[in-house]
Amino acid sequence: MGNRCAVIGVGQTRYQTRRRDVSLAGVVREAALRALEDAGLTFADIDAVVIGKAPDMFEGVMMPEAYLADALGAAGKPVMRVHTAGSVGGSTALVGASLVQGGVHGRVLVVAFEKQSESNATWALTTHLPFNASLVVGAGGYFAPHIREYLRRSGAPGHIGTLVAVKDRINALKNPYAHLRIPGIDREMVESTPMLWEPIRYLETCPSSDGACAIVLAAEDKVTGTPAWIHGTAMRSEPLMMAGRDVVSPRAGRDCAADVYRQAGVTDPRREIDVAEVYVPFSWYEPMWLENLGFAAEGEGWKLTEAGCTALDGDTPWNASGGVLSSNPIGASGLIRFAEAALQVRGMAGEHQVEGARLALGHAYGGGAQFFAMWIVGSSKP
Amino acid sequence: MRDVAVVAFAQTVHTGHDTGLAEPELLLPVIDEVKRATGLKRFGFTCSGSCDYLAGAPFSFVSALDAVGAWPPISESHVEMDGAFALYEAWVRLQHGDIDTALVYGFGKSSMSDIREIMTLQLDPYYLAPLGLDQVSYAALQAAAVNADRAALDEIVRRSRADGRANPYALDLPDPSGEEFEVEPLRPYDVAPVTDGAAAVVLAAGDHARELAGRPAWITGIAHRAEPHYLGMRDLARSVSTAEAGRAAGVGKGPVDVAELHTQFSHEEPILREALGLSGDVTVNPSGGPLAANPVMATGLIRIGEAARRILDGSADRAVAHATSGPCLQQNLVAVLDQSL
Repeated sequence: MGNRCAVIGVGQTRYQTRRRDVSLAGVVREAALRALEDAGLTFADIDAVVIGKAPDMFEGVMMPEAYLADALGAAGKPVMRVHTAGSVGGSTALVGASLVQGGVHGRVLVVAFEKQSESNATWALTTHLPFNASLVVGAGGYFAPHIREYLRRSGAPGHIGTLVAVKDRINALKNPYAHLRIPGIDREMVESTPMLWEPIRYLETCPSSDGACAIVLAAEDKVTGTPAWIHGTAMRSEPLMMAGRDVVSPRAGRDCAADVYRQAGVTDPRREIDVAEVYVPFSWYEPMWLENLGFAAEGEGWKLTEAGCTALDGDTPWNASGGVLSSNPIGASGLIRFAEAALQVRGMAGEHQVEGARLALGHAYGGGAQFFAMWIVGSSKP
Repeated sequence: MRDVAVVAFAQTVHTGHDTGLAEPELLLPVIDEVKRATGLKRFGFTCSGSCDYLAGAPFSFVSALDAVGAWPPISESHVEMDGAFALYEAWVRLQHGDIDTALVYGFGKSSMSDIREIMTLQLDPYYLAPLGLDQVSYAALQAAAVNADRAALDEIVRRSRADGRANPYALDLPDPSGEEFEVEPLRPYDVAPVTDGAAAVVLAAGDHARELAGRPAWITGIAHRAEPHYLGMRDLARSVSTAEAGRAAGVGKGPVDVAELHTQFSHEEPILREALGLSGDVTVNPSGGPLAANPVMATGLIRIGEAARRILDGSADRAVAHATSGPCLQQNLVAVLDQSL
């Protein structure tokens, strides 16, 4: 894992459908300046900048890190641009952390963003001939069969997805940056929305958001302010096209979790991790990832959700921020998970703070549930 | 820092046209080749570089992963940059000390699109891209700024193409001729050719490198720097980011036998030579360089591979490799490879 590294600043934009008032450079700079302010630093204190986002087709700018370098104070510094599909926000944090853990830099600015209003995400995500014949349209079409298979295997009752959709939106009401803030959200409201991809209803899916998230990472001797110490980092990838790959509980996810738990000394994640920010873009992914991440035994994840264990006042809160279901600037969504985990252990999560959180998990996944990035952060040094 | 070396390098026989191979099909043989060369089947870390816009579809790196044999799942990441920057990420990862080997690859098929127009989409979408300035046009601005001697540029292209003809992996391009301009002052042959191809490199740390190669190409320095995006903010006749990266990588700390430079246009060679302080007797791009084969997103990685190959085979003792990204050499990476530490 290398040298110690801590998150010392977090900045987010208010996530919303359209940011008409700012350019791409404006939206990343807004998040970056807030993260620097949180850390009590300026661009001059930063050694390197790591930028992450999902496919460039979303904004129609190829390799936009070249253009964004100026807005992020990166002239004269090293700039990296990460792209690992939906997990990219998490991967970007890990690449930034790696620069500190490897002893290369003292302070690194990590920024991830998406301005989805610039295009149609569903079509930007749909590959076409001659590369492959896409049988589905967009991410919902791709993942719905995986969810149906989970339902078949686990025997989970049909309302579990609805419970997650409600729980995360109730949490979002406590997060000033959340995109979907729906007063009076309840099961009836979710169940009244149209079925998009069986069994995913409209309110059981994530929004398309504009926004950016930034964090400042520091080596031990460069820490300012309140640190969230990194206790473990891991990434895992597996092939998309492989006969016999378990897409419901991918091995890459299980291996990645095992790796990050080993580094952090976690043996019982449900009891030892105080709060988890987990990439749940469709509500059913909460019970699926509860099992994949070892918070519940196989086939038992939905029972934790049903019993309210993952609510803000439950024994293992998941997505206290409202999660991806409430805010989804795709390229930033993973970094938001990682940043929210850091905010929790810094005690700076505001209204959605989990009391006494000392150890938190940040998680992101992408591609065909084949790319995973995770970290565990804590209030004390590893 | 931990001692890390290039221990294996492989590249495709690059082509100037689409051969019908998909990107994973281009990659599979070169990844197999570096696995065979090292005897390694698994790596501590894997990192790749590619660009979705070349193919015009999202997630080119996703299907590429199918060529790697990522099962059981691997620790892996991807940069939407040239593979040279993926190599940098892998070098950083090896500094942690918990893993000893890394696989790096880059690939691109620029035959599938009009690279000259596609590169326009890399510009600031509000103030620059709408001007319609394409890649050759903004390169021509830089060529005019550096005011390079035409005879010198012609000689760079002649030498590069002759070296390329002697390189079994590069394209067979004739000696430059013709008086017409592509965009003045650049002639068509000053522009790197459209090329499809891929490359792979294996990095190893410490004693692992010594076990895997007789003469590991030790990376004694590697660094990169960006400059402002706006062309008007820069002195286009110089590359200060290359000079800074070169200083950070320690280029000037010893004699340079050979340099592989990511010159997508002939006029970039004098700019880079000056920035890196390479005297006239340093051999530049003996492989033919990008002017003889330019598989975009692998071209920079190939510079590191070609430089390392000359250490590995004993034909050089100390080599410099350079990779670039962004319009008019906006961002530059420099690595120094040495037969000794």
